[in-house]
Formats: sequence, C-alpha cells, structure tokens
Amino acid sequence: MATKASRSAARMMMAPAVVLLLGWMLVPLIMTLWFSFTKYLPLRGDSIERGLDWVGFSNYSRFISSSSFWPSIQTTLIMVGGVLLITVVLGILLAMLLDQPMWGQGVVRILVIAPFFVMPTVSALVWKNMLMDPVNGIFSHLWRFFGAEPVAWLQDASLSSIVLIVSWQWLPFATLILLTAIQSLDSEQLEAAEMDGAPALKRFWFIVLPHLARAITIVILIQTIFLLSIFAEIFVTTGGAFGTRTLTYLIFQRVIDSQNIGLGSAGGVYAIILANIVAIFLMRIVGKNLDT
Amino acid sequence: MSFKSTFCAATALSLVTASGAFADAHSATITIATVNNGDMIRMQGYTDNFTAETGIAVEWVTLEENVLRQRVTTDITTKGGAFDIMTIGMYETPIWGANGWLVPLDDLSAEYDVDDILPAMAGGLSHEGTLYAAPFYGESSMIMYRTDLMEAAGLEMPDAPTWEFVAEAAAAMTDRDNDINGICLRGKAGWGEGGAFITAMSNSFGARWFDMDWNAQFDTEQWANTLNFYKGMMDASGPSGYATNGFNENLSLFNQGKCGMWIDATVAASFVTGDDSTVADSVGFALAPDTGLGKRSNWLWAWALAIPAGTQQQAEAKQFIEWATSTDYIELVAANEGWANVPPGARTSLYENPNYIDVPFAQMTLDSILSADPNDSTVDPSPYVGIQFAAIPEFAGIATEVSQEFSAAYAGQQSIEEALEKAQAITNEAMEAAGYR
Amino acid sequence: MARAVTTQRKIITTAAAWTIGLLIFFPIYWTILTSFKTEAQAINDPPLFFAFDWTLENYAVVQERSDYMKFLWNSVIIAGGSTILGILVAIPAAWSMAFVPSKRTKDILLWMLSTKMLPAVGVLYPISLIFVEFNLLDTRGGLMVVLMLINLPIIVWMLYTYFKEIPGEILEAARMDGATLKEELLYVLTPMAIPGIASTVLLNFILAWNEAFWTLNLTAANAAPLTAFIASYSSPEGLFFAKLSAASTMAIAPILILGWFSQKQLVRGLTFGAVK
Repeated sequence: MATKASRSAARMMMAPAVVLLLGWMLVPLIMTLWFSFTKYLPLRGDSIERGLDWVGFSNYSRFISSSSFWPSIQTTLIMVGGVLLITVVLGILLAMLLDQPMWGQGVVRILVIAPFFVMPTVSALVWKNMLMDPVNGIFSHLWRFFGAEPVAWLQDASLSSIVLIVSWQWLPFATLILLTAIQSLDSEQLEAAEMDGAPALKRFWFIVLPHLARAITIVILIQTIFLLSIFAEIFVTTGGAFGTRTLTYLIFQRVIDSQNIGLGSAGGVYAIILANIVAIFLMRIVGKNLDT
Repeated sequence: MSFKSTFCAATALSLVTASGAFADAHSATITIATVNNGDMIRMQGYTDNFTAETGIAVEWVTLEENVLRQRVTTDITTKGGAFDIMTIGMYETPIWGANGWLVPLDDLSAEYDVDDILPAMAGGLSHEGTLYAAPFYGESSMIMYRTDLMEAAGLEMPDAPTWEFVAEAAAAMTDRDNDINGICLRGKAGWGEGGAFITAMSNSFGARWFDMDWNAQFDTEQWANTLNFYKGMMDASGPSGYATNGFNENLSLFNQGKCGMWIDATVAASFVTGDDSTVADSVGFALAPDTGLGKRSNWLWAWALAIPAGTQQQAEAKQFIEWATSTDYIELVAANEGWANVPPGARTSLYENPNYIDVPFAQMTLDSILSADPNDSTVDPSPYVGIQFAAIPEFAGIATEVSQEFSAAYAGQQSIEEALEKAQAITNEAMEAAGYR
Repeated sequence: MARAVTTQRKIITTAAAWTIGLLIFFPIYWTILTSFKTEAQAINDPPLFFAFDWTLENYAVVQERSDYMKFLWNSVIIAGGSTILGILVAIPAAWSMAFVPSKRTKDILLWMLSTKMLPAVGVLYPISLIFVEFNLLDTRGGLMVVLMLINLPIIVWMLYTYFKEIPGEILEAARMDGATLKEELLYVLTPMAIPGIASTVLLNFILAWNEAFWTLNLTAANAAPLTAFIASYSSPEGLFFAKLSAASTMAIAPILILGWFSQKQLVRGLTFGAVK
C-alpha cells in the first residue's frame, strides 16, 4: 500500500512534529553547548550581549572533578532504580489483585489511580508536612501510639523517603498498564495450567510474567524518562541535603544557587549523556520486547 | 493536496486560539513579586487603599522564599522584565545594584523622609552610598525564651547572655517526658536557613568565612568550636530531627510550647506573642549570646522593595514603594491591627513612637539591630560585607552546599571534622572557579 | 468451563483490595480532611479523624489571599491549549508512522522520546532567554507551546500504537472506494481511533496540568497556573497545615474529579501498545 505518493504525503505529515521537536531539541542544546564552553556568571555581569569568554573544557573538568559529582550519579541511579523496582513489583501484585473478582472494583480502582493526578509539588508538600513531619506528622502520631520514638524521615531515611514519595506517585501508572495487560491474558490458558496441577507460583512465572514482559518494558521505559528529571520532590523535601542530591539537582544548584551558567550547562551536557547511556542500556535489555 | 488544506486549516485554527492568549496588555498596572511572609500578605490586603489613592492597579506574584529567589534572579539576569517591583533581601541588593540592574532610589519625595530609615538597614541596601531598595521590614536575631520555664529551672536570663549560660539553661529546662526541649535552633540546610544561623553564631566564636586573601577558614579551631558547641547543645537539649528544622518548624514548636528558648529572627517576636501562640503570655526576650570575644551572634536582614532597571513603569513603581514603606503605611496597619503587627525594624521614628515602644519586644529588637554591623561582623578582619552571609555573588551557592554538609553532621551522618573538611574543599574550589584565588 | 469463584475467596480479595486502595488513597484523604479543620485541630495529638467541627474558614482565607479562579482558568487554558496543539501536530505524524512505516520509523520514535531526556533545569537559561527575546514571558501562548513540545513525544507514541491496531485492510478498502486521503483520515480512521485519541488527550492534559517547572519559571502575574498558586502556600511563616491542605485540595481537585469521571477512558487507552 505504500505507494510513492503516499510516502511523500507521509513525510509531509510527519514533518511538523519532527521539525518542531528538532527545533525544541536543537536550539536549547546548541545554546547549552555554547554556554558550557564559556565563562558565564550573570551575577558578575557576564551576558551574551557583552560577549562570553571562551574557556574550553574547564567547565567540564570542573563539574566532573567536583566532590559532589559521583555521589550525585549514584544517588540518581539508586533513586530511579528504587522507584522502578518498587513500582514494577508492587504494580504486578496490585494488578493481579485488581484483576480478581471483587465487590466495588470500580471504586478501588479509582482509589488506586488517584495519586497519579496529584501534582508533584503538592504530593511532596503533603508527604513532607502532613505525613512525615517528625513532630506533627501522622506517622509520628502512629509511632508514638505504639510507644516508639518518631522517625525523622527526611533526615535519617532521606533517600528512601523520597523514593517512597515518588513510588506513590508512579505506582498507579504502572498498575494501570500492567492491569490492562493482565486483562488481555487468555484465561483458558491459565485454567488449563491450573487443571494440570501447576502450582500458583509456576503459573505466575511461566504464563503471567512472560505475557507481561512487553507491558513491563513500557512501564520501565516511560518511567525512566520521567524519573531521571525528578526535581520538585527533592526541592520541596530535603533541598538536596542528606545524600539526596541527584544529577538534576546538582545542575540546579550550579545554575540557580551558584548562578554559574557555564558550569551548569556542562552539567546539563553530562545529564544528556547519562540519559542516553541509560536509554541505550534499556534498549539493549528490553528493546527486544518492543517490536514497534 | 486536500490534506494540505486540512492541515493549514488546523494550524490556522490553533493560531487563532493561541493569539488571544498572546495578547496580554499592560496598562496602569504594576506587577510585584513578593515572598509569602505574614507582613507581605498583610500588605496585599491593603493594596486597595493604594489603588484608591493613586489609580494604579497592583498584581501580586506571591511565592515561597526559595521559589521567589529562583524566579526573580532568573528574571533579572535574563532581563525578563516580568516584574515592576521585586522583593529582595540585603544579600541581593548590593550585588544587583552594583551591576546596574536596579533603579537607584535617590530621588524619593521629601515627605517620604529617606533619612528616617535605620542607618543599618539603609547601609545594607546600598551600593557605594546609593540606596537601591527600600526596606519593608528589617530584622536582627535574638533569644526568645519562656519566662515560666526559666523560673521553674531557677534561673534568670540576663539581657546579654553568653553561650555558656544558654547551654546551661537549655539543659536545665529540657524535660523530655513532657516533650519540652531546652533550645530550638535552625539546622536545616540552605544558606538562608541553617546556614545563616551557624554563620552568625560562628562570628561570636571568633570564626569567619574567609581571611583577607579569600582563603576558606573552615580548617580553623574557631569553626570546630562553633560546630561542636552547637551540636553538643542541640543533641543534649534540642528537639529530635533538628537538622531539618528551619524558621517555620521552630516557630511551630515554640508556639506549641515545646521549646524553652529559640534564637531566631526578631520578627518572630510578634508571632510568638500573637494569637497562634499557646505560650504568648510567658515569652521574654534577650540579646543573642556571645562568648566574650566582642561579637554577638545576631544577624541583620531586611526584606526590601526594589525596581528592576528595565521596567516601563518606574514612576508608578516608585509611588508604590513610597506608599508601602512609609510611616503612613505603618500607621494604617497600627490603626487596624494594633502596633504589635506593624512591619518592624525599618524606620527610626517607629522606635521613637511612644505607642510602639510599649510593645514588649520593641526595645530588644532595636537593640539587636543596633548591635549588628555588616561592615565589621567578625572578630578577626574579613574582606566581605555581611553578617550571616558574605555579599559576593558566589556565596549563596557555596553556603547552600556547605550548610548541607553541616546538616549531615548534625544528623550524625558524618563527623564534624568530615563536614568541615568538605566545607573547606567546596569553598576553596568555588572561590578558585570564580577567580578569587 | 468457567472457574468457580467461591464467596470466601471473593471476600478475601475484596478485603485485601480495599485495604490497599484505602492505604494508597490515604494521603489525599488526609489532606482533604485537614483542609476542613482549624489550624489547632490540624496538628492535634492524637490526630482527629471525624470528631471535629468542620470549617470552611481555610478556603475563605485562601480565596481572599489569591484569586483561585484566575489560576484555575490559566491551568485549564494552558493544559487544554497545549493538548489541542499537541494532538493536531501528532495525529498526522502518528498516522504516517503507523500506515506508511519505513525503516527509520522506530528510530524516529525513539529519538522523539529521547528529546524528553533533556533536563529542564539545564536549559532554563536558554529557554528563558528565548522567551524574553520573543516576548513570550508570562504569556499563556508561550507556555502552551512549551508544554506541547514537552509532551509531544508521548502523544505521538500513544497515538502511533492505537493507529497500528487499526487493520490496514479497512483503509485500503476505503481507498478502493475512491476515498481521498482527507476523507480516509476524517471518516474512516478518526472514528476508529476515537477511544485512543480520547485517552491520549486525557493523559496529556494531566501531564500538562501537573508540570511545575516551566509553569513556575516562565510566568508572573498573567499566565500563572495552579502550580504557581501552590508555591505561595508551600512554606509560609509558621506551619499552617490546614491552609496548606485547603490550597492543595483546591489545586488538585479539578484534575482529580476529571480523572475519576474519565477513568474508564483513561484506563482503556493507557496501554502504550502494551496489549496485543
């Protein structure tokens, strides 16, 4: 059906999206690259009109040799990995549970997907103040009720706390996609296996999980894209203290707190490189499932 | 071809939809970016008075402190021109003024009486003698303490206590079973939060950020003493999780009756004696402590209104600033909400006003402000201006990172030695990058 | 042969699902509940679950301080506008990828997704400077375009997966009957893709509604949406849990209600082609 005419029409129809995204990607990227090779300290009076001094790779070497760089990479990977692990595992379990017949399925589903609609700033504020506050938060009330010493969550378990908050936000997304996938599972196949006397764990491992592979891939892919740029949750809760400074947050500190645009831009380039490494890595491992 | 026309139509449609949104006309309206502090919120309530007097409409952009800083700094450095007035502090004003980004406030009207502004405030908001921002309110820091708990502990707070006395009193007032902490102090990371507190405190221990050659000084004994004293006292008598407590958290703790002492901004005095406080009747005030080295541990700060140089509505903006920081405005608030609620710390005449000086915290606030000198804040000489900060563009970035290391030490995640070592490295690294060393 | 579901099993499943559902929903429930308390009740120990005097005072205070409707309207316009723009650009692109695939289709799709990996803070200055240059600062139109571009990859991908599920034979049949490309797109393809488009619209609207970096950094008074509204309540002097809760509830309520009413649509469509 792909005639020559339809091919050129197709290209034309794709053009707006491609051109727009190309512009959206290239213009800031080129400016970022340019800034990253210059000394650009706006508070010291540097500006584009006055001309920026070319400093070669010194921003790059300074960014990477900073004592905060490697810890921030580690924090980023732990945070993304932690959230992915929690949302995928709990998402599968929850999807399987929601797939069972029960009373009030619609309402339960509404309850479960609700966090997805909450804006990140609000959810961070709610968790930080209403739940995790060591004096007035509901967790501290709960801990005291059971005679335990309240935990200063965002201080003593800072990274885990943020992982928890972010997981809460993304669990609905994972659950929904996995639920749709489970619902499409051929129930006769499962029943046949059940009649053959295959134990539940085996049925899960050999029938359910392979069926979910594609959905899991998509959950991981989409979430990774969003999780790499997590910002509001850290900004509101710890401000990057107590080992919660991700690469994104480190760049923020360089650009906003230090007002060193050159250094921050170099960091931005590193972040793009990291994102692409992660993406290639993901494609290698899971790309087979994604025969788009 | 037919597809093309469809697409064109769709594009045109979306452009029409969008064009309405692009046309945001400015008339005689000024846009003001401000912080969501109580005094500013109150000022918003009186905006109608200003509009009625002058015919100038006012649009408010009220943001939380950190978001505000981020927003206005980006706007001024990219010449965004989104605001006609910005609320900034003593840290930003001289730096921005020096860059020519602010309209000098050197032609304010005679009725405004610019000489009435407290010299300490005017000095901190000027660059080379030119005023660039008018203080809406000013503050220092002081001790707020519970007179009842102090009495129960059998102690009496002197007007000018030492750190030694404060630690002793804190230990005596602490009653863990009843959830009473002897002392609440900021430990939260951030240069304007715990960073400001520990820097002001370090001054009284003889420490400083930089020597005269801009070398970081965190490897000195004075800094080690400051941090060890702070952590020792807070571990013994402070609230749990103090490393995440900032101004808000401590205010809430104090108002709930969970702190014996609290050393923080003088503006908090009207909150702890106000309606939201459960201990309003038993609060006393004293100067921030010292160690006998000649410097106290109080800071100096002002939230001030400034006009970015690019604005089209300079005259209107100036009119607003004259209105909002005038003595008339103070009287307006006093008439409606009582003298305790007027914006403090900006004008000399307020402290000469017999109505105001009866307010319990007025004299101590004035004394605290007068005892703070940004030009001479450290025991050993230092090359920078500022008490709880150094007025150089790099400071906010450096101090935020340094205070994060300190907070991690308060939380016991690293030793004080480690925190100081890292602080030293971070600071020298950044100062090298900025070309000081 | 259908599997017999015992009542006992159904009871256990129901109990488990409800427990987990309520746990997940609890933070939102607690926020809404707290918004009806006084400040003192909000931090009461033990926490108050029902026995308190309900008050609307917090909402009144919040409304008095900031004009909620203005922020809400901006949120609706910006999220809605960016979604419409995005769909208009994405439909043709997704159509051509799905029905006239080439060797590069998959690459283009993945490249589009990779543009989402540009960290926003890293390009704050470039984008701000561009906005200043073109006078887009604090305009709803400027934000619509930015949010459209941010979410475009996701829209294209979602639509692509729906379109792919439409059997090509139907289109060919239409073409045999002499349908033009326009007719094919309008009368054959679109009706079949409506459910997919609907859920794409919903997801994109939610994402645009909740975007909190650009909507904060590129606005002032005129175009500020609810994300800016919440930034003025996030840490005032003192801990005002009840007012914070009221502001939070106001910020999330519209999208929560929309989400609940349209959850069937959303759920049906949120597959990203995960189901075959």
